[in-house]
Amino acid sequence: MTANLRRRKLFSRLFEILCGLAVVIALIPLAMILFYVIKEGAGALNWDFFTRMPKPVGETGGGMANAIVGTLILIGIAALFAVPIGGICGVHLAEYPSTKFSSVVRFAADVLNGVPSIVVGIFAYGLVVLPVKRFSAIAGGVALGFLMIPIVVRTTEELLRLVPGGLREGALALGATRGRAVFGVIVPAALPGILTGILVALARVAGETAPLLFTALNNRFWSTSLTQPIASLTVQVYTYAQSPYDDWHRQAWAGAFLLVMIILTLSIAARLAVRRLERMNRP
Amino acid sequence: MNLVLEPESKIAAPRMAPIQMNDIQTESKISVRDFDFFYGPLQVLHGISLEIPAQKVTALIGPSGCGKSTFIRSINRMNDIITDARASGTITIDGKDVYGGDTDVVELRRKVGMVFQKSNPFPKSIYDNVAYGLRIGGMRNKRQMDEIIERSLTRAALWHEVKDRLHASALALSGGQQQRLCIARALAVDPEILLMDEPASALDPIATSKIEELIYELKDNYTIVIVTHNMQQAARVSDRTAFFMLGKLIEYADTNAIFMNPREKMTEDYVTGRFG
Amino acid sequence: MRRSSDDRKFRLGTGAFAAVVLLIVVGIGFELTRQSMLSITKFGLKFWTTSTWDPVSGDFGALPFIWGTLYSAILALLLATPIALGIAIFISELSPRMLRQPLAYLTDLLAAIPSIVYGLWGVFVMVPFVRKLEVATPDALKQFPLFKGPPLGVGMLAAALILAVMVIPFSSSVAREILKNVPSTQREAAYALGATRWEAIKVAIGFGKSGIIGAVMLGFGRALGETIAVTMVIGNSPQVTASLFKPQYTMAAVIANEFTEAADELYLHALIEIGLLLFIITVGVNMISRLLIWSMKRRVVAPIVVPVIEEATA
Repeated sequence: MTANLRRRKLFSRLFEILCGLAVVIALIPLAMILFYVIKEGAGALNWDFFTRMPKPVGETGGGMANAIVGTLILIGIAALFAVPIGGICGVHLAEYPSTKFSSVVRFAADVLNGVPSIVVGIFAYGLVVLPVKRFSAIAGGVALGFLMIPIVVRTTEELLRLVPGGLREGALALGATRGRAVFGVIVPAALPGILTGILVALARVAGETAPLLFTALNNRFWSTSLTQPIASLTVQVYTYAQSPYDDWHRQAWAGAFLLVMIILTLSIAARLAVRRLERMNRP
Repeated sequence: MNLVLEPESKIAAPRMAPIQMNDIQTESKISVRDFDFFYGPLQVLHGISLEIPAQKVTALIGPSGCGKSTFIRSINRMNDIITDARASGTITIDGKDVYGGDTDVVELRRKVGMVFQKSNPFPKSIYDNVAYGLRIGGMRNKRQMDEIIERSLTRAALWHEVKDRLHASALALSGGQQQRLCIARALAVDPEILLMDEPASALDPIATSKIEELIYELKDNYTIVIVTHNMQQAARVSDRTAFFMLGKLIEYADTNAIFMNPREKMTEDYVTGRFG
Repeated sequence: MRRSSDDRKFRLGTGAFAAVVLLIVVGIGFELTRQSMLSITKFGLKFWTTSTWDPVSGDFGALPFIWGTLYSAILALLLATPIALGIAIFISELSPRMLRQPLAYLTDLLAAIPSIVYGLWGVFVMVPFVRKLEVATPDALKQFPLFKGPPLGVGMLAAALILAVMVIPFSSSVAREILKNVPSTQREAAYALGATRWEAIKVAIGFGKSGIIGAVMLGFGRALGETIAVTMVIGNSPQVTASLFKPQYTMAAVIANEFTEAADELYLHALIEIGLLLFIITVGVNMISRLLIWSMKRRVVAPIVVPVIEEATA
């Protein structure tokens, strides 16, 4: 073997090792974050956390019951808002995939996906908060809904495209209108996957903080009113984390743990469901 | 010789030494003995034995899936890239075992060039494509590179068409030109053997005949093994022909003999178009 | 005839919803401009070049925020890109088949962690660590502007590190897709010419160059817009400095922190104008990135070379 060849092979080996190292380097923060969240958070989770309200500044104890409920309400509003719009948009893109209009819309959805969440928050502020001069749960839900829309659009379109075209033709041949064929036959066929996609989108927006800061704001008290500011896990954790109180720090970790657990569960469930669907769709 | 067709249509390979009608003086460049090849549990080559003569064109023919591509890729160990692939038996080039412990694969592939069915130029200039093998081999001298590149492109019958636009993108060439570029690229590293896996199958008749002319000219300097599903091409271009079927070597002889006077019935059926 | 009017109703009906999505994007740009008019008209271009940020006297200049955003994002990119590419190469070219899915899943998990959790970890784990690093910096290095500053822990370095971790999965997964789409015939050609494994990988990267640049830019866009994790570790002090140690401020962070404090309209409009710029920059970066990736995918699916049916891996 010539010296040149030996050198090239050495280099090749070296770079292969470096790539493996890159994987290890990336997994270290992942492991650390999960470790700390579990270590600090799991221990701080107790019954109080789920059932009590935040205590006044300086007092220890209490929980995040209002924030947990608040997050659920917010993502509920987001879903109500984003699923119809994103879903039907996805239907249009799947049914008319190659028109210029569809390309533009698809592009717009991609753009929306990349808009920083805080900017979307400003938009929701201008749209929902400013006109009524009041922060509200609706404003927060709408902001989250905007963030959800691109994901719902993309998932819906992809899954509808996977449904075999014969289904639509069969329905039309039986005399169904286009709308009936699509919404009655094709969408139901793709529904499990679409629902999974929606779950993934919900998981994502459940973890958002920035757009809620000036739409839903936060609320120390129990509130389920849609027209009032509402507490949320993320903003509560954010507030607590920046405070000087140890007990609040402890609760912040607990909140983070809960968030990560929710997101992890949803994400694993979605992965499993997607894999099962893929296996079903491949003959 | 009678062939017995077994119920599952497995072809019993003739258990005799490969036929060499003449040229006992011609050295074997490539010598294959009892070569088996497996993709995982599936055996795709069974006991292949043949001698490939130097500076001649040897064609491998046979129906789709008969293993000829797998065989040719075993010669330069391109199959190594595939996971779960296993080989047994020997292939020697100039007496040296290709799968031997002291054979360096990278060095082997410089010595044994390969041209693929679908031409695959890099998205670089014509010059950079041909220079690729030289550059990774460590050549820096520009004048030397220029000379070799001109020589390779000339040998591939492409020089006159591209000499004024060496720095244009290779992808701007026609299909036939791209394939000749790939041949030039392979020639640049000065191989002794050229393996060609259906090099003209994706080309139109004019481009194909240009490639065939090229092969005829190249054999003076290189040992060429060509896989082709086009029997007329094999008849036109090659000196020896090997007929493969279901992973077994059925017959191997001078091209004339294979096509005019095949010894095995399977061979006769194939070359007369009764199947395949 | 009935059929086509049904069709038309369907098309228009669903199209209306699709148009809403389009309107939202356009609406954001429009609304942001409208809500920052006061600031735009008062300060004009000076807004982008001055550093005073004085809510009391109503004098606003956004330069420190632009600086902080760009500096942190670029640093994050420098740190994240080699790792993201290394991961992409490892998963798509080097790793044993069995490991591919789990490794891909693990890197994607990094993307699923919410920003606030990164921030929490950043504040309580990373910042103390960075502070130790800063304290341990030899005095000789501390002379350089890059390392000048109080060892607070919070600052540009902590922000860059956290952003880098957050950006890695985005660039990596797109780069992985790109590499998967490079036709195997390219690598085969390299191997047949006697290339080593790394040399063959370089050929694949060369083929997918524009797509990979797109992947990197996608990460850049992500880093530009990140808010919560950054504001928790960057120190939130508006200054233009090259120092890694000094606390700085980003566009997203100042909006997050001061929006609800903004007492008068001009203040609010100034903040929203910053949001407008952030919008324009991130949309621009995203568009360029998508263009690069799209052009790359097109080259593979409809190559100029002789067509062979290749499995579409969308």
